[in-house]
Amino acid sequence: MLDRAPSTDTPVKSEATRRVRFRGAGFVPASSRFGGWIALALVIALWQAAGSVGLVNPLFLPAPSAIVRAIYELAMSGALWQHLSASLLRIGVGWLLGTAAGIAVGFAIGLSRLARSVGITFISALFPIPKIALLPLLILWLGIGEEPKIATIALGVFFSTAISVYSGVDAVPRNLIRMAQSFNVPFATIVRKVIWPGALPAILAGFRITASVALLLVVSAEMIGAQYGIGAFVLQAGNLMQTDQLLAGVVILSVFGLAVGKVINLLETRLLHWR
Amino acid sequence: MDLIANHITHRFGDLAVLDDVSFTVGAGEVVAIVGPSGCGKSTLLSILGGLLQPTSGAPELRGAPPADSLNPLTFVFQDFALLPWATVEENVEFPLLHAQLSAAQRRVLVEDALRRTGLTDFRQTYPKQLSGGMRQRVGISRALAVRPAILLMDEPLSALDSQTRELLMEDFVRLLADGGMGAVYVTHNLEEAARLADRIVVLSRRPGRIREVVTVPMTRTERGETAAREKLLALQNQIWSLIRHEAIDAEREVQHA
Repeated sequence: MLDRAPSTDTPVKSEATRRVRFRGAGFVPASSRFGGWIALALVIALWQAAGSVGLVNPLFLPAPSAIVRAIYELAMSGALWQHLSASLLRIGVGWLLGTAAGIAVGFAIGLSRLARSVGITFISALFPIPKIALLPLLILWLGIGEEPKIATIALGVFFSTAISVYSGVDAVPRNLIRMAQSFNVPFATIVRKVIWPGALPAILAGFRITASVALLLVVSAEMIGAQYGIGAFVLQAGNLMQTDQLLAGVVILSVFGLAVGKVINLLETRLLHWR
Repeated sequence: MDLIANHITHRFGDLAVLDDVSFTVGAGEVVAIVGPSGCGKSTLLSILGGLLQPTSGAPELRGAPPADSLNPLTFVFQDFALLPWATVEENVEFPLLHAQLSAAQRRVLVEDALRRTGLTDFRQTYPKQLSGGMRQRVGISRALAVRPAILLMDEPLSALDSQTRELLMEDFVRLLADGGMGAVYVTHNLEEAARLADRIVVLSRRPGRIREVVTVPMTRTERGETAAREKLLALQNQIWSLIRHEAIDAEREVQHA
């Protein structure tokens, strides 16, 4: 039979005891659900109050209510949709073209020795160039229409996408690829069933970056050569010192960026639920 | 079907890893490979399974594989190598997707493999939701689904706690009991080797050469009995005495590396 120890082991009280100090707090930042929204509301309220009591010149910084009014008027006049649809079309087409090419080239670099040695050299040389600097050249090549603006966006998106895709392919655990090879799984199936899903987290993270790049470039391109588009609208408003309209354009861009972020969050939730 | 290591030598650059290793794994036979750390056990297994090209020599097969075998040489990996985005069922089905099988045939094979490894109730679970032992069961289930002639197991229990190891060892003994499937079992654990193998190939320190091939003088069923424990312990001690000094040297070498 086993000898059992007493079920409670009370310390001998012959000497004074002291509790071990807890040292494990902190370094686990958790964001509160509504904290960000409350902070944003507070800033807007302060901004509105400063404008209402005349602390800030409305020409330099229009109050939030003036910006909302400007957006409302833009929407009612139909100008908002005209500018927004022009920008969305350029972003959409440019982003899709750049993403498709970036995914194809990224996979080629990730999977082929020849493509890697050639591709990485070119990408390293061309990626740091500000793409907007190429717009005049693209206008020369492609004409004055939509094409150079779309090409500028596509170029910007292409490089970031290609980099995130080949980094994602490189990050796919080699043991999964060896496992598939050990079962004689064909190359195309390994790419489709192992490498693509394995690289997807990096590809989606890249989408988040390229969406911002596309937004940045569409505004820049429209400021250089466009009649319609949010960038053109912001530039015109600035030239006419219509700062409420200028900030209305900025708010619209910000909302667009937030919406794209939400869509990518949704995609991540749907496609990366296994993480 | 026999698997033959035919004078296998391998180097990684200037580093000689294996030197002229030859042995044969007969049909239905379980051969364990043991040796000091870094002696090339896993490298040898990768070469035997066709995942690594040896510098010289070759792995060879003799005889036809079983008619229903979809992948005669099948690995069970130390780190499980499960697709994290696929459920247990999808992981087990993965190696069957490219085989010329109907969906119904695939389902039968998957069902059978899941049943043999006790995973039927976990088919919709993702790997991250499973314990280490259950993950390795999925790895074993996936291997069984392709009806292998020889399992190539690379330290399949080393990432697991001792209780789970014991349970999975019982599973291995059961799965290999009928002699229908052979195995090459790479391990640093002499107890596992003595418990499971028909023969134990003892490799020397790097570059790995065969020091000795020890035959385990009892059936696997007998080894589970209490009376066999002393004999098995003596066998482990015998193998340990063969590699002890080299294991110490290998460990120091690793520490100074």
